[in-house]
Amino acid sequence: MTRQLPALDPDTEFFWKAGAQGRLQICRCQSCTRYIHPPLPRCPACGGGTAPSQVSGKARIASYTINEQPWQRGLAVPYVFAAVELVEQPELYVLTNIIACPAQTLRIGLDVEVTFEQQEEFYLPLFRPANG
Amino acid sequence: MVEYPEKSVRISGAGQSAVGRPSTRSALQLTLDACQAAITDAGLTPADIDGLTTYPGPVGEGGFSPVGATETMLALGLTPTWVGASTEGHAHMGAIISAIQAIASGLCRHVLVFRTVAEASARARTKNASPTGRATRGNAWTAPFNALSPAHIYALYAQAYFTKYNATPTQLGAIAVNSRAMAALNPNAIYRAPITIDDYLASRIITSPLRLYDCDTHIDGSTAILLSHRDAARDLPRPPIEIESMGMALGGIGFGLHKGDFTTLPADAAGRMLWSRTDLTPNDLDIAQIYDGFSILTLLWMESLGICKRGEAASFVEGCTRIGLGAKMPLNTSGGQLSAGRFHGYGHIFEACEQLWNRAGARQVPNAKTCVVATGGFGYGALLLRK
Repeated sequence: MTRQLPALDPDTEFFWKAGAQGRLQICRCQSCTRYIHPPLPRCPACGGGTAPSQVSGKARIASYTINEQPWQRGLAVPYVFAAVELVEQPELYVLTNIIACPAQTLRIGLDVEVTFEQQEEFYLPLFRPANG
Repeated sequence: MVEYPEKSVRISGAGQSAVGRPSTRSALQLTLDACQAAITDAGLTPADIDGLTTYPGPVGEGGFSPVGATETMLALGLTPTWVGASTEGHAHMGAIISAIQAIASGLCRHVLVFRTVAEASARARTKNASPTGRATRGNAWTAPFNALSPAHIYALYAQAYFTKYNATPTQLGAIAVNSRAMAALNPNAIYRAPITIDDYLASRIITSPLRLYDCDTHIDGSTAILLSHRDAARDLPRPPIEIESMGMALGGIGFGLHKGDFTTLPADAAGRMLWSRTDLTPNDLDIAQIYDGFSILTLLWMESLGICKRGEAASFVEGCTRIGLGAKMPLNTSGGQLSAGRFHGYGHIFEACEQLWNRAGARQVPNAKTCVVATGGFGYGALLLRK
């Protein structure tokens, strides 16, 4: 799929590259253990330092939208853009695409799991319906 | 006791350029059209203007904000003691709030605040072009997943709201139908042909559940609002509009930091602040001008402002029986951004002035004395205006 890739900086690079090892990593406070996404270099809750931390990759769909507008040439539609809430923490949302999910199955609350799509050196975390 | 700064500031003039899609006039010329109209409207001359600001100031290469304060200052021949502009903070209303503070603190007496867009021209040049380079800042969390428009973010809110409150497309569509009915009565609106709810339901999905008519329309145009200290406004030919209270809030939506369950906006805090600074209540409102970059934003703002209880805005607007002219709460009487065009928040402020000065023509709300204006989808600001 055609995608505009993100600019990398020292705070965010891990998120886009951890998928090379098949893992989802999320920024986490080293002091109060709270997860923070998108990543920040300082915990907004306690001021602690942060570092990438591996998570399960399991989530539920918090909300979604089925895009039908061909915004640019080469963009295959429809596709699903979503916010998924990782199981590790309430309101720990990751914006993503839902793939391999029939429209009649798609719903808020659906359990999903991470999968990765490689583009250049990026491994974009996408989500698909959880097995079982 | 601290006097709230807005209590010492008045709206003394308002002007708007002709709308275009696209316009044959330059963005700077549109800006000057609006600014000169606002100055004349107040009974002032450019020599009286000692403050100037805009939202957001010149940013980017497209038509989002093609004109800054500096070239406007030069073209109008102003020598202001105070100039401001910022892409940061409380978005559209941020420039108004900054101007209020500048006036209340004695830096200047008459501040011209303008907002110019030339997005119709820009899009005519770049339609369907693919973005180049890497996505940065907030876009870094959306563009890689082909969330290529703010529509995708607000569609998440619409879908969550629909699911939680069993709201329907017919209910949301009332915002768009109402806007067209109002725009039909506004000579400076870009889309003036009425639509029915069936037209809405037959329109194509952009990104579910948002349809074409749920999205605002790009235009070229400019709006200017003139704010004056109450003492400086006292001698003007027409009674100015009072700023009864203001409220603002900022959240993380634009940077991917979402809170709650996608059914409320950080605007809630702006609503609480607005009502904490006045003895008026939502029951005292005669009119509401509420941001409609996407229709769902209007519903969520109505709840943030206390016009409707949580989860009840969709049923409130259904059928337009409570939001049309002559109804309980006439809403977006210019046609809003959905139909009058994306004047980007300032169209809503301008329309509030037109109504409170009793010059809104065929869409005038009789005896309107109070109007709330609420703008923003990433940064949030609201004004309670009265005459």
